Amino acid sequence: MQRKLLLGVEAIGEGAVDGGISGVYAYPGTPSTEITEHIQSNKLAIERNIHREWSANEKTAMEAALGMSYAGKRTLVCMKHVGLNVAADAFVNAGITGINGGMVITVADDPSMHSSQNEQDSRFYGKFAMIPILEPSNQQEAYDMTRFGFELSEKTGVPVMMRITTRLAHSRAGVVAAPPVEENELKLPSDPLQFVLLPAIARKRYSMLLDNQSVQLDLSEKSDYNKYVDGEDKSLGIIACGIAYNYLMENYPNGCPFPHIKISQYPAPASAIQKLEEECDEILVLEEGAPLLEELLGDYFGKGIRVNGRLSGSLPRAGELSPDIVAKSLGMPNIEGEAIPELMANRPPALCQGCGHQDMYVALNEALEVYGKGRVFSDIGCYTLGALPPYSSINTCVDMGASITMAKGASDAGLVPSVSVIGDSTFTHSGITGLLDAVNEKSSITVIISDNESVSMTGGQDSSAVGKIEDICKGVGVDPAHIHVLYPHKKNHQQMVDVIKEELAHDGVSVIIPRRECIQRAARIRRAARKN
Amino acid sequence: MKSDIILAGVGGQGILSIAAVIGAAALENDYHLKQAETHGMSQRGGAVQSHVRISDKQISSDLIPKGKADLILSVEPMESLRYLPFLSEEGYIVTNSTPFKNIPNYPEDEKIIEEIENKKNFVLIDADKLAKEVGNSRASNMVMLGAASPFIDIEYSKLEDGIRAIFAKKGDKVVDLNLKALRAGRDFAKVNK
Ligand SMILES: Cc1ncc(C[n+]2csc(CCOP(=O)(O)OP(=O)(O)O)c2C)c(N)n1
Repeated sequence: MQRKLLLGVEAIGEGAVDGGISGVYAYPGTPSTEITEHIQSNKLAIERNIHREWSANEKTAMEAALGMSYAGKRTLVCMKHVGLNVAADAFVNAGITGINGGMVITVADDPSMHSSQNEQDSRFYGKFAMIPILEPSNQQEAYDMTRFGFELSEKTGVPVMMRITTRLAHSRAGVVAAPPVEENELKLPSDPLQFVLLPAIARKRYSMLLDNQSVQLDLSEKSDYNKYVDGEDKSLGIIACGIAYNYLMENYPNGCPFPHIKISQYPAPASAIQKLEEECDEILVLEEGAPLLEELLGDYFGKGIRVNGRLSGSLPRAGELSPDIVAKSLGMPNIEGEAIPELMANRPPALCQGCGHQDMYVALNEALEVYGKGRVFSDIGCYTLGALPPYSSINTCVDMGASITMAKGASDAGLVPSVSVIGDSTFTHSGITGLLDAVNEKSSITVIISDNESVSMTGGQDSSAVGKIEDICKGVGVDPAHIHVLYPHKKNHQQMVDVIKEELAHDGVSVIIPRRECIQRAARIRRAARKN
Repeated sequence: MKSDIILAGVGGQGILSIAAVIGAAALENDYHLKQAETHGMSQRGGAVQSHVRISDKQISSDLIPKGKADLILSVEPMESLRYLPFLSEEGYIVTNSTPFKNIPNYPEDEKIIEEIENKKNFVLIDADKLAKEVGNSRASNMVMLGAASPFIDIEYSKLEDGIRAIFAKKGDKVVDLNLKALRAGRDFAKVNK
């Protein structure tokens, strides 16, 4: 059997192609990005010419995928956890419309916030939408369960969530693939009103979804991906979800002495959990993320069933798990290892030397000097590093697109001038509608779209914004006299300062577009050209 | 057989090329392998690490527990100290001595070297210089892997096969250069451990 070394995310991409998808829909976001990138370079995906372009944001991705499913084909959607907030409307309602072709929604969570604004646990969303959730514990399962996910989706008639976390996403192991299946045929839904969520139909669909819960539970109870393993020592019963199972096993290389359940498919297998509770004195829940099951099983009225985990303090409330943290919760001796010497210095991430965002911030800081600090609303991307010294230029970073709308709100409140700093990809992701609000109300804001013609923070994917920004701004109604394109470079410093100053003084919406290609992307393209 | 290795460096130094060669060698041997990488934010000039675990048995955790690493292989001297809590009592530190200074408060070079030299088992090597001597400073990561090879439970010839597999696309010259770099590192470590 040939093993391929694959990252967890690559295993999902491979599993989806081999599982017969006709398209992947995604917006980049760590740690999910490489799923789509893997599909983009996958031989079979190219041969079949399945859809594999980036979408403008997670909501457009989710909806396009639902359209592909409507047409009877299998489809994969990928995003990072916060992307699901953006796509939530489509996501939750897709649970109610149900699917026609199999649909798997991969959401990559980032506990410990290695590269994110928060560490929300997407299983709550899956539960909220009342659809099955898969949570593989290793790379082979990531491959197998992705394929299985399409079957499960078609069997239950609803989308299936594949929930992973950073550690599995970005860890490699040998994966054995199975022969690929064919794509589905184009086929309309048998009920032409299935996807029409008018109240009368929606009520019917919703009641079908409610009935579907017992089917989902039954499949979960019987799933090979959930297993109950007996143990001699009944003083403790352990529930280990997803990769938490690995940390449990790491601590018991010769077998766990306690009865335990590995959970990789939800709804959580109720009868196995019931049995565990009956057999054992106490229960420990190991979850990578928030205490979803612990809260569900917890003894709200304090009648005596002891359930331990992140809420009880057996495990830390926040952050990702590790073999050491799990060892501690099992009462094993704490190994600290040798201390880190005091002389160590941290290396905060920084803008690359020569990056155009730097020149933009130097000019902006100078132009704002007369007004004082505290009026720059920014967004998510490489340019967020402008919050750190030596720039210390920005005051906010909340969610994609929020720079324009927050600047507008602050300007409405009287903070004039208010400035927005947003990247090109973030602008087309979620900035356009906010700009429309500002234009319609003639808000006094200066929007700086720092355009490096690339989605750089996530590795330099193609940006949907390339070549379109000025036209979009004009189309939305920004006065062309207040749209400026600049070349952010030291040699243009004075010109940039002058233009920004002038627009800060303008009572209305201004858009300034400092445009210079990301130097990493430029270097990559040069290297690729040299190779060919 | 089991080797738990922590690779350390700074984003952009390419520690994953070392991981790739070890990975290819492990697959050759039919060993189990898990290799957790750092992607994302910290690739922007931050500290990066990779946990590489090789074993003839099934491996559970993608992360190495504290106090269990057999080797810290660092391509930068200060970074070799960042993961000390993971090193086992008998474990080795193998580190490049050439600092990568992208921060204003980088500690004094001598103090870092002193810390490393205080450890029980270490190899301190000027990989950049050795790489230049074999013909290309870009091969310093393979010098580092060579220097660590005596402490990794994989036959040396399999590591060579790993290099052949990973660099094949770049042509024979690149393969040869990297094989030479690997050898130079190994020869150094054998004399200086
Ligand atoms: C809703 C959501 N989707 C995706 C991400 C991941 N993400 C963070 S920054 C970024 C890239 C932004 O690109 P751009 O605005 O062009 O800025 P650049 O990094 O190129 O400077 C992405 C995709 C996120 N944080 N939130």
